[in-house]
Amino acid sequence: MKTYENTGNKDTRSGFGAGLTELGQTNENVVALCADLIGSLKMDAFKANHPERFYQVGIAEANMIGIAAGLTIGGKIPFTGTFANFSTGRVYDQIRQSVAYSGKNVKICASHAGITLGEDGATHQILEDIGLMKMLPGMTVINTCDFNQTKAATLAIAEHNGPVYLRFGRPKVANFTSENQNFEIGKAVKLTEGNDVTLVATGHLVWEALEAAKALHEEGISAEVVNIHTIKPLDDKAILESVSKTGCVVTAEEHNYLGGLGESVSRVLVKNNPSPQEFVATNDTFGESGTPAQLMDKYGLNSKAIVEAAKKAIKRK
Amino acid sequence: MPNIQELKDLTTQVRRDILRMVHKVNSGHPGGSLGCAEFFVALYQDIMDRKDHFEMDGIGEDLFFLSNGHISPVYYSVLARSGYFSVDELNTFRLIDSRLQGHPTTHEGLEGIRIASGSLGQGMSVAIGAAEAKKLNGDSHLIYSLHGDGELQEGQNWEAIMYASAKKIDNLISTIDLNGKQIDGATDDVLPMGSIRQKFEAFGWIVIDIEEGNDIEAILSGMVDAKSKSGNGKPVCVLLKTEMGNGVDFMMHTHAWHGKAPNDEQLEIALTQNAETLGDY
Repeated sequence: MKTYENTGNKDTRSGFGAGLTELGQTNENVVALCADLIGSLKMDAFKANHPERFYQVGIAEANMIGIAAGLTIGGKIPFTGTFANFSTGRVYDQIRQSVAYSGKNVKICASHAGITLGEDGATHQILEDIGLMKMLPGMTVINTCDFNQTKAATLAIAEHNGPVYLRFGRPKVANFTSENQNFEIGKAVKLTEGNDVTLVATGHLVWEALEAAKALHEEGISAEVVNIHTIKPLDDKAILESVSKTGCVVTAEEHNYLGGLGESVSRVLVKNNPSPQEFVATNDTFGESGTPAQLMDKYGLNSKAIVEAAKKAIKRK
Repeated sequence: MPNIQELKDLTTQVRRDILRMVHKVNSGHPGGSLGCAEFFVALYQDIMDRKDHFEMDGIGEDLFFLSNGHISPVYYSVLARSGYFSVDELNTFRLIDSRLQGHPTTHEGLEGIRIASGSLGQGMSVAIGAAEAKKLNGDSHLIYSLHGDGELQEGQNWEAIMYASAKKIDNLISTIDLNGKQIDGATDDVLPMGSIRQKFEAFGWIVIDIEEGNDIEAILSGMVDAKSKSGNGKPVCVLLKTEMGNGVDFMMHTHAWHGKAPNDEQLEIALTQNAETLGDY
């Protein structure tokens, strides 16, 4: 089976920072806003290079979203940066009315998503944001898997006209996708070919799915890993093609199983090709303090959990 | 530019539009709309330097944002009568398939509208964003916004008010419709806010009072004053004292008509108090 090399652990948020830095040089309409988390969001370089296009709004996320919506009126492409919790739940109505319903070209860039935020605990570990954002009409929802892909996505969403939610994380994780990849919004990336089970993963769980596929391979089970970086619009075709071959699927995400990628995949399958599906996701719960690795293990969000889920799904065929 | 009598005639016609719009669908918000009729007419017919056609980006012209979107009837009437879309379209207010939604929106592509509003407290942030874009674009035109006094109870306003002075948003003139009323009653009974002037001043804004907020001439001179104070490193707040339901005797001095339409008989009385001037739609 095809294998991927980790070129060195890196955080996805630094991928965002690198992408934003490049956009600063290449697109003069790009502006950035931050609610007192410049360091955490890796927005320092953009701020230093383009102080006139950078807006520090203070700890006032609702105002930040409104200002971003207003900046589009005049042709700017605003990128807002704060933690995922404060990028979504805290400002849902501002996003709903001033951005989504108003059709504004705002890029909501959210770091520290999910349980791998770690020690800060449940107040900051949002596991509901994909659901919140995918329910908004017209909102594109992207959850990237590594540094390189996050950088590529950051560049790509500047070229897309419309509101986007870009979700990434805090910890350093494997960096394994190609450095200068072409990021196509809404297009799934098939990472390995397989016949027995499809592993559809997003975000930090993509690397875990690859690790799971390796372990399954050693047991003689052939897994097809599909990297879904865009949860909405979902690449229905890629999912159906793969599941029609393998006959079952495991979805894996750092998010509540309610409202996440898994439910989106279920919808596609139920309408077109009902198939056994297992969910690797949090089970309608809040998180807690701990190291990212401890939490991923405790909440069943790692390669081990994916392997077990794959065996279950295969049995149900 | 229209003279004072022409502005007054237009205001009377706008009042008729508001009353007929909400009556037809037996819904909408006549009280605040009537109270702000003179302000909208003054703004669109005199104060704002605006293009005669609509471009979303609004580069090279003054822009207006309505934060308290429920007074959409006055907004729609003045936009239509300022040439943004056909006056006949006012007939479709709040009907199925209409561009004139209950609260203003860009969603149906109605010319003149740049942001959806209705969920309160969001408009000042948007206006600040548009003002920041003007500064980046080297565009010296101004941003105007309107907010209800009760609307200031929404916390997001104070984030925006704090930001605007801290970041020297001096190309913004935000008007507060001080009618002292909200759905549940007098603002002072629902949640007394103390001195709004002192609050804005404490946040570093220049504050201008327009005591006669239903008098066209007072509005014009007040807004000219506001304009002259822009560009000095501080945002400008206009406290516009209005009478909810102005121009219809039984709708004044009460909050009862905040969100209630007149019946047939009430409409007839209201219209006789506001004789047709420029022709009904």
